[in-house]
Amino acid sequence: MKKPVIKVEVSSEAHSKTSNSRRQFLKIGSLAVVGSSLFLYGCSDDDDNAGPVTPPVDGVFDLGSGNLGILNYAYALEQLEAEFYTEVVAGAYYMGLADGSAEKTLLEDVWYHEVIHREFFKTAISAVAPDDILPDLEFDFSGVDFSSRDSVLATSLILEDTGVSAYNGAGKLIDVTAPMGDTYLLLAGKIVSVEARHASAFADLINPGTTAFARDGILVDLGGTGLSYDKATPPSDVLAAVGATGFVTTEFTANELPTE
Amino acid sequence: MNLLKILDNLSNEDLLNTKSSRRGSISQFTNTSKNIALASIPFALAATSSKAKAATASMSAAAFQATPTEVLNFALTLEYLERNFYQIAMDTDGLIPEADRAVFGQILKHETSHVNFFAAALGENAIEEPTFDFTGAPGGLALDTFENYETFMALSQGFEDTGVRAFKGQAGALANDNDLLTFALQVHSVEARHASQVRRMRGQKGWVTGGTAMSNGIPSAFDAVYAGEANTVQGGVELAGLFGEFGGPQAVQEAFDEPLTMGEVLAIGGIFIVSEDSDN
Repeated sequence: MKKPVIKVEVSSEAHSKTSNSRRQFLKIGSLAVVGSSLFLYGCSDDDDNAGPVTPPVDGVFDLGSGNLGILNYAYALEQLEAEFYTEVVAGAYYMGLADGSAEKTLLEDVWYHEVIHREFFKTAISAVAPDDILPDLEFDFSGVDFSSRDSVLATSLILEDTGVSAYNGAGKLIDVTAPMGDTYLLLAGKIVSVEARHASAFADLINPGTTAFARDGILVDLGGTGLSYDKATPPSDVLAAVGATGFVTTEFTANELPTE
Repeated sequence: MNLLKILDNLSNEDLLNTKSSRRGSISQFTNTSKNIALASIPFALAATSSKAKAATASMSAAAFQATPTEVLNFALTLEYLERNFYQIAMDTDGLIPEADRAVFGQILKHETSHVNFFAAALGENAIEEPTFDFTGAPGGLALDTFENYETFMALSQGFEDTGVRAFKGQAGALANDNDLLTFALQVHSVEARHASQVRRMRGQKGWVTGGTAMSNGIPSAFDAVYAGEANTVQGGVELAGLFGEFGGPQAVQEAFDEPLTMGEVLAIGGIFIVSEDSDN
């Protein structure tokens, strides 16, 4: 089976140009799932303010194969989420919320959870493959207005919904016959439901008291029984969508991830 | 379980119609096939739920792994329970305030789909629907579930949080069947969406906070729903002391949902499932 070739970021040269270069990249990136909300969100972003990027010094990191690759994949997503919320809690919208308010507490909790997830993966991967752990990624959230409730919550929801579909899609790719494999599968399960709790909460903050928390538009149908199931999205599609946002400015590849 | 077989079953409209037509009888608590249902479950709730609980309390996840058919019937049992619960609630005049009906209608829609999916996936191996009593009488309780919205909401939270833990606990048993594992995960995270929503409607955090019922805002009779959720060791690493600036042990507990074994879940479900012995 043909391995997906994913570049999560355009080269540093392309990145330093205007948003046109990204649009060109998006057009080229036929791997991207056009229907993905993350993808669409990324497209609409204005990234003219993207700062200079240090070019890769020693080649481009590849996530790797087998369970290590899946762990690095999850680690990349958790790095993205943790860094995003780190910027959220330093931003004007969060800072302006009343201390002890439900909304501020919620955002603070999610920030904690995602930092904990990120550091957990860092520890877990370092324990088994210290030389093959994904490096600290660099991010560019200049397309997000951290003073805007709408902008922060919309981006949060996209990241959480993406996390849910990513973990759901990665579950079957974990080799439970390998050392620690059953532990990794259970850990993915322990984390994905927390991501789903986050997604539900953000959706309800945006559209309170509606069906948004588990809305038809984010769910899929299985066997004609109705829109009652979360997506399970393969890494190639998730990474293409993440790449399309422009949030991740460190280039890495995912050429050896298991696909089934 | 073969995906094609599942899809074949799902395409059988007669089967789906048969399953969904049962909805009409739900509120009457009429069901004569509970013996079949319970016999199909590895840890049959032979007597009272407290006995079942005692019998399964020492059962570790590693000590027992169900077959895929057993897991699917286990899932179907939980989905039957949830669907019945929400159907009765939606059909009870004056219970759910108008402003909250959209939420519970959506949850009911999902649980109904899940019942239809698992029933169709199992085909002729599907268990019959148990008889439920949401007063908790089989477990020695006398809850005013459908007269008191607060009670209904508390039970809803308990069922959804239990559902999340139940599916998580079966991931290992489905690990060798990629299709089934993925389907279960796709249901699992929807239950978590429900749980978060209901918790927040009750003024709780959307995530599980600590390892007791009280710490999650429901009566201590339901401690089993949250037993083990205070765990801070993940992948063999004690995380409790590592995140002092990021919410500490409390945030670590919230950041990971914990599984329950099949036996632990059935002990909780048994509080609401009328067994032969307790059926007066």
